[in-house]
Amino acid sequence: MSDQPEPSGGKPTPPESLEPSEQVRGRLLLDQRTDREIDEAVLRPMFETGPRFWILVGILGAIVAWGIYAWIYQIYWGMGVAGINRPVYWGLYIATFVFWVGISHAGTMISAVLRLLKADWRRPITRGAEAMTSFALMMAGLYPLIHLGRVWKFYWMIPYPNNRFMWPNFQSPLMWDMVAIFTYLIGSTLYLYLALIPDMAMARDHTDGWRYKLYRGMALGWRGTQGEWHKLHRALSIFSVVIIPVFLSVHSIVSWDFAVTIQPRWHSTIFAPYFVIGAVYSGLAALAAILVIVRRTMRLQEFLRSEHFDALGKLVMVAGMGWIYFWFSGFIVEWYGNDPVIRELIHEEISGGLAPFFWLQMTANVLPVLFLAFRRIRTNPAFLLALALLINVGMYTERALIVFGNLERNYLPFNWGTYRPTWVEVSVIAMTFAGFILLYTLFSRIVPYVPVWEIKEGRLRYSLRRIGRLLVPTAAEIE
Amino acid sequence: MEKAVKPSAKTQKNASERRWGMVIDLDRCTGCQACVVACHAENNVPVVGEREAASGRTMHWIRIERYWEGEYPNVKARFMPVLCQQCTQAPCEPVCPVFATYHTAEGLNAQIYNRCIGTRFCGSACPYKVRVFNWFRPEFPEPLGEQLNPDVSERSRGIIEKCSFCIQRLRRAELDASASGNPLADGAVQPACLQSCPSSALIFGDMNDPESHVSRLALSHRAFRLLDFLGTDPAVIYLKGGETNV
Repeated sequence: MSDQPEPSGGKPTPPESLEPSEQVRGRLLLDQRTDREIDEAVLRPMFETGPRFWILVGILGAIVAWGIYAWIYQIYWGMGVAGINRPVYWGLYIATFVFWVGISHAGTMISAVLRLLKADWRRPITRGAEAMTSFALMMAGLYPLIHLGRVWKFYWMIPYPNNRFMWPNFQSPLMWDMVAIFTYLIGSTLYLYLALIPDMAMARDHTDGWRYKLYRGMALGWRGTQGEWHKLHRALSIFSVVIIPVFLSVHSIVSWDFAVTIQPRWHSTIFAPYFVIGAVYSGLAALAAILVIVRRTMRLQEFLRSEHFDALGKLVMVAGMGWIYFWFSGFIVEWYGNDPVIRELIHEEISGGLAPFFWLQMTANVLPVLFLAFRRIRTNPAFLLALALLINVGMYTERALIVFGNLERNYLPFNWGTYRPTWVEVSVIAMTFAGFILLYTLFSRIVPYVPVWEIKEGRLRYSLRRIGRLLVPTAAEIE
Repeated sequence: MEKAVKPSAKTQKNASERRWGMVIDLDRCTGCQACVVACHAENNVPVVGEREAASGRTMHWIRIERYWEGEYPNVKARFMPVLCQQCTQAPCEPVCPVFATYHTAEGLNAQIYNRCIGTRFCGSACPYKVRVFNWFRPEFPEPLGEQLNPDVSERSRGIIEKCSFCIQRLRRAELDASASGNPLADGAVQPACLQSCPSSALIFGDMNDPESHVSRLALSHRAFRLLDFLGTDPAVIYLKGGETNV
């Protein structure tokens, strides 16, 4: 708490002291570094944007522009340009929506839950996780608009009475959805921003030009007094507690979009926990993938260490086992119930037209759990990246199967149908993926990716003490 | 048998109100699709064109479901007209965020086109899949544009629509009856599908009036309701067919 980023003017000096610090291991980042060296190690990658960075931004920007064109095309001509059809009224748009909401979950989980549990290994990865939450939610929030037939009337869903004093229908899960997602977006963005203020002040003290102006504005006049730290810590603890029920409720509500209908296989009481655990699973995997990539491209090996990937890999594995359990509980009951439509749906999944997706889903979601049991795989960034991407492919397929797979069959066989996405849907979905990466990339160049003040705080909290021949880390109660 | 197949009146304010219902005699249906055409004409239902129709985007408010029974050469064709079942416990109603679909006092499941924003949630929730979506801007190629019904609003693209039991005809009949001072006679209201049915397979009337034609038909041992086990409590009653062999 008594830690303050030391104001040190001038530009970051070229840090030749930054040798690849793989040799200097230490779970708690207790290397012999001065605060200033840490500042510079974090700030340096933000200023070094090579041509490859701009090429990446260009490519992502082009994909986003094309996706916006596709969206406008869809608004202009009508929803018919998408592949959805009766009875598959909801297609990949809704599946991607669920996917993004799922990705957004791990950020808060890592950050808030682990902050409450005082798990110190979380410190370097919290900001990346929180940013992932905010950006994924922004992408998710687009989909309720994208899939509206009359998107120009979207504000009719916002809860305020219209000119006839009629409120929206609070019985509708879509209503709950909108309220939940907005709450979560505002909450998680505030949470991200709160923890950012001291680092903004730190960056302000190290920069000049437009960056100085930006950081000065975002630091909100932070000086690092005792009272400011006190208020920041209180605000963060309140937010960590409050945001956890929000994050659990958001994906429960998303699952109720499906579970409250009487569509076979949607109408299931297990959907809420199943969706939440699936969200945590895919979100943690996405976080692992992002961290591996960021660590490599921004040369943050010093802060994102194999210990973090080890711990994260364990969390992913646990979430994966939970997902398998919930999936199986849902499946066995429906299979055992032997309802004719559900039997047809299961048959369609396991050996029918949807079989490739189903088996992809099962492989991509179950295999990584087995691999992640090994420490050497968890700590190997390349392996971890491959597994994390595989998990997300699996979870995306799972959402797609739930949404359009189950709609393809219903009680009246005359109305059975199939679904095939068109170029419009693929472009719009690619737009949100590229948009997410673009926002995240730009964010990582503007905002210190590693929360410097938290790391310094962690360093203050621990000290190494020699007991006999043993070097023991000891914790001081400073929070 | 009497209680078995009737839409319940419990959600209505008082039982003396009307509960419009339809009886469909499957033994009489020949699958001629006259009702489909009549419905298109009466309700300004757009014709989507060849290509969209081939991909299954027809917008019929009433459709003839055809099922085959048996193996060749002993094949029977079964026809079943399916329209909005006007459920008392409609799965589509609570899910709409903007009240575009709601329950009228008469128990009708009404759709307000101007309120609809096109979430298609009702379409996913409907177990009968009778809700159709305007995928594109509705077009009425000449000379269809000349015969639009002025009593029914044209819909825009991006909204859901469905069978209304020809509510414009219901209101017209009620107005005529109250203007002439006579009570609304049974059979005075004729939805377009029923009017055009050559074999009189469809019968329409007030289910709450025990003397009405539909109420008496609903007592038949052949009466059943579509997907009754879902508890949607529909107002459309089917009379089982069995003897027709096409």
